Amino acid sequence: MSESMDRRRFIKISSTFLGGLAFTAPLLSNSIGNMIVPNPESRISGLRTPTYCEVCFWKCAGWVEHDESGNIKKIIGNDEDQHSNGRFCPRGTGGVGMYNDGDRLKNPLIRTTINGKQEYREASWEEALNYIADKLKAISEKYGPDCIALLTHGSGGSYFGNLLKAIGSRNIAAPSYAQCRGPREVAFIGTFGEGIGSPERTDIRDTRCLVLIGSHIGENMHNGHVQEMSDAIDKGAQIITVDPRFSTAASKSNFWLPIKPATDMALLLAWIHEIIYNEMYDKKYVDKYTFGFDQLKEHVKDMTPEWAYGITTIKPDQIRETARAMANASPSVIIHPGRHVTWYGDDTQRLRAVAILNALLGSWGRRGGFYNPEKAYLPKYKLPEYPKSTRSWRDAFPGQFKLADLALASGICDATIPSVDDKCSFKAWIVNGTNLITTLPDQKNTLKAIQSLELLVVVDTMPMEITGYADVVLPECTYLERYDSIRVSGHRNPQIALRMPAAEPKYNSKSAWWMARELGLKMGLGAYFPFKTQEEELDWQLKNMDSSLEEMKRIGVKTFPREFDDLYIDENDNFEFNTNTGKIELYSTSFEEEGHSPLPVYTAHDEPPEGFYRLNYGRAPMHTFGRTSNNPNLADLMDENSVWVNPKVARDWDLKNNQYIWLENQDGIRSSFPIKVRVTERIRFDSVYMVHGFGHDSKKLTQAHGRGASDSELISKVLLDPIMGGTGMRGNFVTFKFKAANMEKNT
Amino acid sequence: MRYGMAIDALKCVGCSDCVVACQTENNVPIGYCRDWIVEKTTGTYPQLQMEIRSERCNHCSNAPCVRSCPTSASHYGKGGIVLVDENACIGCKACIASCPYDARFIHPEGYVDKCTFCLHRVEKGQDPACVAVCPTKCMYFGDLDDPRSEVSQIMKKRKWKTLIPEAGTSPNIFYLI
Ligand code: SF4
Repeated sequence: MSESMDRRRFIKISSTFLGGLAFTAPLLSNSIGNMIVPNPESRISGLRTPTYCEVCFWKCAGWVEHDESGNIKKIIGNDEDQHSNGRFCPRGTGGVGMYNDGDRLKNPLIRTTINGKQEYREASWEEALNYIADKLKAISEKYGPDCIALLTHGSGGSYFGNLLKAIGSRNIAAPSYAQCRGPREVAFIGTFGEGIGSPERTDIRDTRCLVLIGSHIGENMHNGHVQEMSDAIDKGAQIITVDPRFSTAASKSNFWLPIKPATDMALLLAWIHEIIYNEMYDKKYVDKYTFGFDQLKEHVKDMTPEWAYGITTIKPDQIRETARAMANASPSVIIHPGRHVTWYGDDTQRLRAVAILNALLGSWGRRGGFYNPEKAYLPKYKLPEYPKSTRSWRDAFPGQFKLADLALASGICDATIPSVDDKCSFKAWIVNGTNLITTLPDQKNTLKAIQSLELLVVVDTMPMEITGYADVVLPECTYLERYDSIRVSGHRNPQIALRMPAAEPKYNSKSAWWMARELGLKMGLGAYFPFKTQEEELDWQLKNMDSSLEEMKRIGVKTFPREFDDLYIDENDNFEFNTNTGKIELYSTSFEEEGHSPLPVYTAHDEPPEGFYRLNYGRAPMHTFGRTSNNPNLADLMDENSVWVNPKVARDWDLKNNQYIWLENQDGIRSSFPIKVRVTERIRFDSVYMVHGFGHDSKKLTQAHGRGASDSELISKVLLDPIMGGTGMRGNFVTFKFKAANMEKNT
Repeated sequence: MRYGMAIDALKCVGCSDCVVACQTENNVPIGYCRDWIVEKTTGTYPQLQMEIRSERCNHCSNAPCVRSCPTSASHYGKGGIVLVDENACIGCKACIASCPYDARFIHPEGYVDKCTFCLHRVEKGQDPACVAVCPTKCMYFGDLDDPRSEVSQIMKKRKWKTLIPEAGTSPNIFYLI
C-alpha cells in the first residue's frame, strides 16, 4: 500500500487496543454469548432452532442443535430443504466457528486522529450511528443523495438497500454480479429471456450428460449441485470436464479435455459446428422454439474440430466424441453455465455459446437439462414511495454496459474516482459483508477510490482488510445470532426458510436489520421502517402467506405447491420466451441492437510471456472465498493455500514440493506473503493454480494473517467485458521469486 | 452382528465434511481429527487417475491395537466396534504404534482417542455423523452380517478393496472402486 495515501491510512485494528476492551467487559462478552437460548420453545422442541446458512450464498436451511446448557453444539441440515436435502457442506457444518471466532469485531469504532496518528477509538452505538447519520445527511445535501452507494453481499443488502432508497439513491451493487456471475445472466437473458439465478436451475439429478467448462463442482461446494452430481454418477450419467487442471470433477469424469487456457470459446464453437453439421441437434425443438438457426449455421461453417484443435490443443476426435455424447443424451444434457465466469472479457459471448449449445440440444426447460424454478411469493409491507433518484453509476459510463441488468460494484468503484467530466462521483460508501480489497480486482484502483470518499462505513463480523480503511466500523452479529429475511429463492418447488437467533449476539454486535433501521430513524426516515422488531415484520409476512413465525420456528422450512408453469416445458406447449422475437434467440437481436455481435465470435487472448504462467484460481470445498480463512473450525481443515506447479515447470525453476516462494505478476506486483509450492501432474505446464481467499494482510485475523498468498493482489490487469462491464480476471501471468519484495530492495 | 462401512471412492470429492461433522459431533478438539481425507494421483499429464478417500479407524476384526493394549482399555464393543475406555487408558501409545492405519491419537486430556463409529448415535438407530452429513452420500454403514443391510447390498453389487490387506487385520472399512 503506497505511502501517498494519507487521508485514509490503513489502520490495523490493533491488538493492544482491543485488549483494553477485554479489560472493560470480559464477563459480559463471555457469559452472554454462551449461555442464552433466546426462545424457550427451543428447549421443548429438542433443543434446536432453525436457521439457513450464511457461510456461502447457497443458503442451506438447517437446525442449530444446543446442548443441555443451551450452548450451540452443532449445525445440521433440514431434511425438507431443497438446497441441502438435510446435508450441510463442510463450511456450513463448521459455521459455528464464525460465531466462536475470537477475532470478531466487538464494538463500533470511529476513526480519529491522536497526536497526528490515525487510530480507531471505541464508540457507543448511539455515537457511531449519529456520526454516520449526520455525515450521510451532510453529503446528501451537498452533493445529492445519489452520491451515496451501497456495496453488499449477503442478507444485510436488503436492509441497507431500503435505507439507501429511502435516502434517494439507487446505487446498490454486489460484487457477485460484475465480478462473478453477471456475464452468465446477461447471456442467458439474451438467449432465453431469463437468467440462471441462484441456486442454478440445472437439473443435474436427472441429467444423462453433464458438461463442466472451468466449473469445478466438488471443489466449489455448491451443495445441491455436489449432491446431484453424485446422484447423476450413481445413475450412470456421462460427465465431460473441460479444464486445464485435473480437477476433482475431472477425476470423476468419463471425458477430461485438458484445454489450453483461454481458448474455451473455440471448443464451444466447434461443438456447435459438429452438432449442426452432423444434424445431431433437437430438430423439433429448434424448429419450434428458436430464432436464427440459419445465421448460426452459416456463422460456424468453418469452425471445425480441426480448426479448434489448433487453438485448444484438444484432438478433433475427442471433440467429435464428446459432441456425440452430448447429442446422445439430448435433451437430458447440461452444458453447465458455471458461476464465477468473469475470465477474459468476452465472457458474456462465451456464455452465449454455452446457452446456444444448450438450446440446440433442447435442454432448456427439459428434464435432465434446465428446469423452470418457482419462488414463493413474499408479501411486502407497503412503504411510502421512495424519492426519485436522478443519477446513477451508469452516468459515469455513457453508452456502455447497457445490457447489465444489475449495478456494477466495479462501476461504482471506478465512478468514485473523480474525473473532469463527471458531475457526481460517489462520496460515501456503506460496505456490508464484502471485503472489497480482495473482491474487486486491481487493488490500486480500489484504494484510489477509497481515498476519494468522504465517508466509508464498513459493516462486518470480522476485521477484514476493508475495515482498516473505514471511517466507522460497525460490528455485525453472525447469522447464528439474528433473524433475517425469509429465504425465498426459486427451486423445483416454492419453498421458504426461517433464520432465527440460536444465541444472543456476542460482544457488542448487532444485526444489520437493526442498524439500518436506527440509521433511518436518525435521518428522519422512520416511515420506511414501520416495524419495531424484525420478529414483528416476519410474523406479519408469514401470516400473509399461510404460515406464522410460530410455525416456522417449529418447522424451519415450508414447501408450497407450484402455482404457475410446470417444472418442464410440455412438448405440446406453445411456450413464448421473453425475448424480442418470443423465441430462443440463437441469433441475439438484443445484442445486435446494442452494437454487439449477435453471434459469439472467437478472439485470441494474450498468452503468458516467456517465464510467466497464467494465474488460475479457484475454490476449496472447506472455504468460502476469504470469508472463512479465519474460522477456527475451517482453518483446521485447510489453513493456507499452495501454488500448483507442473513437474516440468518445477524442474525448470528447481522448485521443490512444500518450498515457500513468492509470486510476481506481469506488472511487477509481488505477493505480500510467500506461498507453498505443490508440484503436481494435475496442472498444465502453461498455468499455475491457487485457491482464492488466503494471504490476508489484516493482522487482526490472527489465524489467517500471512497464511498463503492472495491471488487478488496479483490480479491487477482487468479484461473488461464491453457488454455488461464484467471484470475478467484470468489475463494475469505470474513468475516465481525467491525473496520478498522488500528483501530484494535491501540487497 | 458386525458393523462396517463401505465408502464409494468414485463419488467422494474429499470435501472434509465428514471430518468437521465428526469434530462437532464428538467434541474433538480443534487440531485433532478422528477421520481424514487421502488423495492419490497416478499417471502423468494428461493421463491421470485420482482416488479420494475418507479414512478412519478400520474397526478391524483382528485388531492389533486391542492385542497390544496392556490394560484392556482398547476393546471390542457392540458389533465389533473397536473402542477405547478412556478411564482405563494409561496413554502408553502401544496401540498407536501397532495400528497400521495411523487411526489413533493422544487426546489433549491424555488418553487415546479415535473413531467410535458414533456408537452413541448408532445405538439410537442413527448413522454415524460422517455418513449422515456426506453431501455426496458416498458412505454406507450397517451390519455386514445382515445380507439385507444397505452396506451388504452395495458390496454385493460393486467391486471393493480394503486398505493394507497384507497387515492381516481384517478391516471393516471397504472402499468401492
Ligand atoms: S453450501 Fe455449505 S456454506 Fe453454502 S449455505 Fe450450504 S451449508 Fe452453508
